[in-house]
Amino acid sequence: MSDADLLATEHDDIGQIIKRALRNRSFLVGLVITLAVLALALMSFVWTPYDVTKLVIADRLKAPSFAHWFGTDHFGRDIASMIMEGARNSIAVALVAVAIGIIIGVPIGCWAAAKRGIVDEILMRSSDIIFAFPALLSAVMITAIFGPGAVNAIIAIGIFNIPVFARVARGAALSIWPREFILAARASGKSDARITREHILPNIANLLLVQGTIQFSLGILAEAGLSYVGLGAQPPNPSWGRMLSEAQTMMSLAPQMAIAPGVAIIITVLGLNLLGDGLRDVLDPKLRRDR
Amino acid sequence: MLAYAARRLLTVLITLLAASLIVFAVLQIVPGDPARLMLGINATQDAVDNLRQQLNLDDPIHVRYATWLTDMARGDFGSSYTYSVPVRELIAERVIVSLPLALIALTLSTLVAIPVGIFTASRHGTSTDTATMAVTQFGIAIPNFWFALLLVYIFAITLRWVPAGGFPGWDDGILPALQSLILPAVALALPQAAILSRITRSALLETMREDYIRTARAKGLPARRVLWHHALRNALIPVLTIMGLQFAFLLAGTIIIENVFYLPGLGRLVFQAIQQLDLIVVQSVVTLLVAAVISVNFLVDLAYAWADPRLRSRTR
Repeated sequence: MSDADLLATEHDDIGQIIKRALRNRSFLVGLVITLAVLALALMSFVWTPYDVTKLVIADRLKAPSFAHWFGTDHFGRDIASMIMEGARNSIAVALVAVAIGIIIGVPIGCWAAAKRGIVDEILMRSSDIIFAFPALLSAVMITAIFGPGAVNAIIAIGIFNIPVFARVARGAALSIWPREFILAARASGKSDARITREHILPNIANLLLVQGTIQFSLGILAEAGLSYVGLGAQPPNPSWGRMLSEAQTMMSLAPQMAIAPGVAIIITVLGLNLLGDGLRDVLDPKLRRDR
Repeated sequence: MLAYAARRLLTVLITLLAASLIVFAVLQIVPGDPARLMLGINATQDAVDNLRQQLNLDDPIHVRYATWLTDMARGDFGSSYTYSVPVRELIAERVIVSLPLALIALTLSTLVAIPVGIFTASRHGTSTDTATMAVTQFGIAIPNFWFALLLVYIFAITLRWVPAGGFPGWDDGILPALQSLILPAVALALPQAAILSRITRSALLETMREDYIRTARAKGLPARRVLWHHALRNALIPVLTIMGLQFAFLLAGTIIIENVFYLPGLGRLVFQAIQQLDLIVVQSVVTLLVAAVISVNFLVDLAYAWADPRLRSRTR
């Protein structure tokens, strides 16, 4: 779908959008999965089936049972409880990384679109340069130099969201600027900044929302990768990636240890991707189903 | 075409220069004295001073950057502090693992993705299309290192068809080497194949809506012929771009996948160098990888412009 399709929703009323949302299977499934994962993560703040910081060696490497739904790990910790707390970490890292991308990237993109010319050229070429760095490689470099941990993982992932949002915002804003209502706003003497705030941003919000969902799911995968190599959240905070790296050493003894964290990542990413696809269709009045 | 290539080459050179500046700068802002950081807190002041001299740390920063850049351009990547060998030798040893790995993964993903994309596009809207697209959604959501663990469990631990990790080198014959590369390549290829098949499908569907396709159909050409002879060639242009971008993902993906399979490739080298704070290796390998990504994208751009002359004028 081109950006222009998504931008054309300015005259859609909220009722129509909700009606379309309720009919869109991808949106509904994605929304339910995402809300369920969020709910589990939030619930872990007040309740988990077992305490994940308590090691119960007598219960180590238990197969899934009624008492331990996904079994226990090599320290006898309940895997289901660790998955719940790990969700918290994954979501927090990916969400803040998206926020960094939006807060810094969108103003840059909007500025480039408003100023055009040399400013635009410099900003966009700079984003090209960042794109030349394989994101994971640089994330590994950043977290290694500044030390492993959730905060540095957020920064490493967030930096790569900046050019993504800058480009999306610029592309979308560029297609709004020539419109008549912008000309009218200009004629009434409004500044570029005010036009961007009052007219451009509300019109490109749809597109940013869809992109935000995509980057969120990529962030979950990136965080898992960083934690897997030991550069994400540090013990005792459980993280899905680190659970997998611990499972790797136990692979021949207890393969079940690797199943639950992997499935948790897949379900979360799948939910977000479906939600993103659904949102795109819901916010696009032409409803192009072929993507 | 030549003018276009020259202009793109200039951008590539500027991008390379800027990228090298970023890599250099990032490693300059390591907290504290880099020499002390590399040697650890127990190192003697003499050893630290020696390393400082070796790294030219007492020179002004712009002189150091210029020296590093000219040395790199001459093929002198410096000496690894932990391995005590020239970085060039290390890279030469490792690239013969990573490059075949990335190429096998790219070949696998292309061989799967393009037929799947064509197949689903030709059955657009049917239940086969929907089911295949659902499978690709899963493919995108699966972390490749988790898939790698699964492959190890099934094919190495349970079936014992292939080794669970390590690399015997190319000297013992191609077959044992390929056996150690096949699982990592499959793990790397899976998400890429899922993305590429979706892109092939939507590019084909988009092309099938073009006027010239309608004209071809109106002329009475059979649907199959229109798909293969008219639509596919044009639809493959965006697919080619994505393949170029995927090369970057594959290179980065080797960092994690080589760690899963204990493969002595570039990804593992850079990861270990980062852990050991061997900044000379990190600096050189990262710059090299970024240069590879930029060069591949440049080649893809050229191929793109060659295939579609409209692009040359549009970017002018």
